[in-house]
Amino acid sequence: MSPFWIILAVLGIAILGFVAGVARARASVNGNLVKLHSRTGYYGSFVAIWASLPAFLLLGVWLIVQPIVVDRAVTAQIPDEAIAATGNLSLINGVVRSVAEGLSRLSATERRDLDIGVVAARPLIASKGVALASDVEPYMIRAADTLNRLQAAGVIGRTALVLLVSVVGLGLALLRIRPAQRARNSVETVIRGVLLSASMVAILTTVGIVFSMLFEALHFFSIVSPINFFFGTVWDPRFAAAGSEGTAGQFGFLPLAWGTLYISTIALLIAVPIGLFAAIYMAEYATAQVRAVAKPLLEVLAGIPTIVYGFFALVTVGPMIRDWIAIPLGLGSSGNNVMTAGVVMGIMIIPFVSSLSDDIITAVPNAMRDGSLGLGATKSETIKRVVLPAALPGIVGSVLLAASRAIGETMIVVLAAGVATNISANPFQEMTTITVKIVSQLTGDLEFTSPQTLVAFALGITLFTVTLGLNILALHIVRKYREQYE
Amino acid sequence: MNDILEAAAVTETGYDPSIKMSGRDVCVFYGDKQALFDVNLDITTNQVTALIGPSGCGKSTFLRCLNRMNDTISICRVTGNISLDGEDIYDPSIDVVELRARVGMVFQKPNPFPKSIFENVAYGPRIHGLARDKTDLEEIVANSLERAGLFAEVKDRLDEPGTGLSGGQQQRLCIARAIAVNPEVILMDEPCSALDPIATAKVEELIDELREKFTIVIVTHSMQQAARVSQRTAFFHLGILVEEGPTDHIFTNPVDRRTQDYITGRFG
Repeated sequence: MSPFWIILAVLGIAILGFVAGVARARASVNGNLVKLHSRTGYYGSFVAIWASLPAFLLLGVWLIVQPIVVDRAVTAQIPDEAIAATGNLSLINGVVRSVAEGLSRLSATERRDLDIGVVAARPLIASKGVALASDVEPYMIRAADTLNRLQAAGVIGRTALVLLVSVVGLGLALLRIRPAQRARNSVETVIRGVLLSASMVAILTTVGIVFSMLFEALHFFSIVSPINFFFGTVWDPRFAAAGSEGTAGQFGFLPLAWGTLYISTIALLIAVPIGLFAAIYMAEYATAQVRAVAKPLLEVLAGIPTIVYGFFALVTVGPMIRDWIAIPLGLGSSGNNVMTAGVVMGIMIIPFVSSLSDDIITAVPNAMRDGSLGLGATKSETIKRVVLPAALPGIVGSVLLAASRAIGETMIVVLAAGVATNISANPFQEMTTITVKIVSQLTGDLEFTSPQTLVAFALGITLFTVTLGLNILALHIVRKYREQYE
Repeated sequence: MNDILEAAAVTETGYDPSIKMSGRDVCVFYGDKQALFDVNLDITTNQVTALIGPSGCGKSTFLRCLNRMNDTISICRVTGNISLDGEDIYDPSIDVVELRARVGMVFQKPNPFPKSIFENVAYGPRIHGLARDKTDLEEIVANSLERAGLFAEVKDRLDEPGTGLSGGQQQRLCIARAIAVNPEVILMDEPCSALDPIATAKVEELIDELREKFTIVIVTHSMQQAARVSQRTAFFHLGILVEEGPTDHIFTNPVDRRTQDYITGRFG
């Protein structure tokens, strides 16, 4: 049985267990349910959990362990000389897997012909629809046989064992049901475990991301010195010369950092005031009807794919800024410039600021507003002096979220600001950002060993560190200055 | 009959300095629902007027009409006439902000701002520009806290958050905040309902002292409190002002049957 059917079967047993558990709990008190420690559903769930959880755990472990065991057995069949000859074990393993696939499709007579050497293996297997990369050595057929045998045994073994564990779990749990048994507590322990593992997934993913970048970045720093990376002012990875000795290129981080900072700052200068004013209007002044229409409309901005913003920048905003501002001022002649990217990105992140801030401002208790109005404060005084300070932590949080969106944005920058690196104060020049360069470094067909590729990981982990630092800093500021109600 | 009509005419047009505020035919509607029916009530200068009655009887609604806090509720509509020193406070020429500076309010639940104790009290004087300089402001704050009977307890921690005080202290802080603006009338909406008996006693003592300088209107659920702190009492029932008069009179010799039932605890 395939894992899918095993899972279905175990679920079926679990449902049976649930019904049986309820029935047994009922029977154990002769229908007088008040004598039971827990509600009957908990006894059912208790049995269902014992019938399914250990079985699923076993299945999971089996699915991880079996390929490792099989791989080891197959590799043992491959002579050392063959490995030394090709120099690549995974290549041979690939062929063995294909041979195994082909052998499993042969009829008994075909197989006998093959074994006594009447037909050649490669054309025979190819005729079954499995094309092979190389000729078939005898050891490959032996290894492939081992593979097929172990696979088949594995399938039977896991099906039998998992179903056995499931049934045994069900039986044991059923036997444990007594009126005084604390089924609810057991079930709730399991539920707590499920909740805990759900929150663990997020944390472990973050840790995993950091480590996956960390090792590659360390590899990069063993080739290019960190000083040249962090303080270099020239970005010139020299793709063309990649691989040849002594032409590592220059990986100066500063132009990218500057571009990122410049574009994000412009974006925030646009998004924060507009977003905040919109939030104040919606939370404090707008009638319920206006709010009900305007708020979702504003949030639509967040749902537009960034590539769409990108060509809005490319065909509309960029040329407009070039023709009406940059050229008349004599500051630049390119439709690709920092200003375009900043403005369009700013529009994109307005809803991040406005929507969250709106929620936070609305959450400030009305008692605060009444207290201020009751002292003869005007509405705007109340908003400025009481409501906004009370909402400050949330507002800072929304700005941070917007900032991290701006720093991480790639598509708009590629289309609106170009890919040229530049350190300049002129907002009408082409510049580019860290994320754009990460993409362009990883989309070549270079190996993952050259600095041209590895630099992407160094950039990534630097970006990660910077945004993490920003977040911690902002949290600290908020904690220090917030005016907390209750 | 003619005499009565004439007397009524005098109070409506003329200005009687012993009457601080007066309501004439006040009706309040929340949407389609009428909450107050033709209330006629005078608030006497430098006295404590208690508004009593069972929950939902309209006493808080009437209180909130006196400084137009009902304006903040969009579906609320007020008709009739309410005057302060003979001036109609619902007249379009009246600035509601200025009105609320003259008629301060203390709420049921202590609602200090999430700012320091000093900033809480300084809030009103700051927005109204009452202090000439920093020393002046400090003096106003100290004075208001002193008058609210809180100064001795908080003088060493004026820069700590007002929300960190105990419930009773928070309520006295809110009273200090209200009197820092130097209002003429202070409205109190069940100011002791969230406080324990000791804190309540302190606030009641304070109300009695404040009567010298301010006119006070207090909504209360506790008839003992009304009897202890007020000089005049008005009894509301189902949106109607049933009876009003000197407190001792209302409590010892009520005219209306409903008042008698309420103060003797037969309903409510």
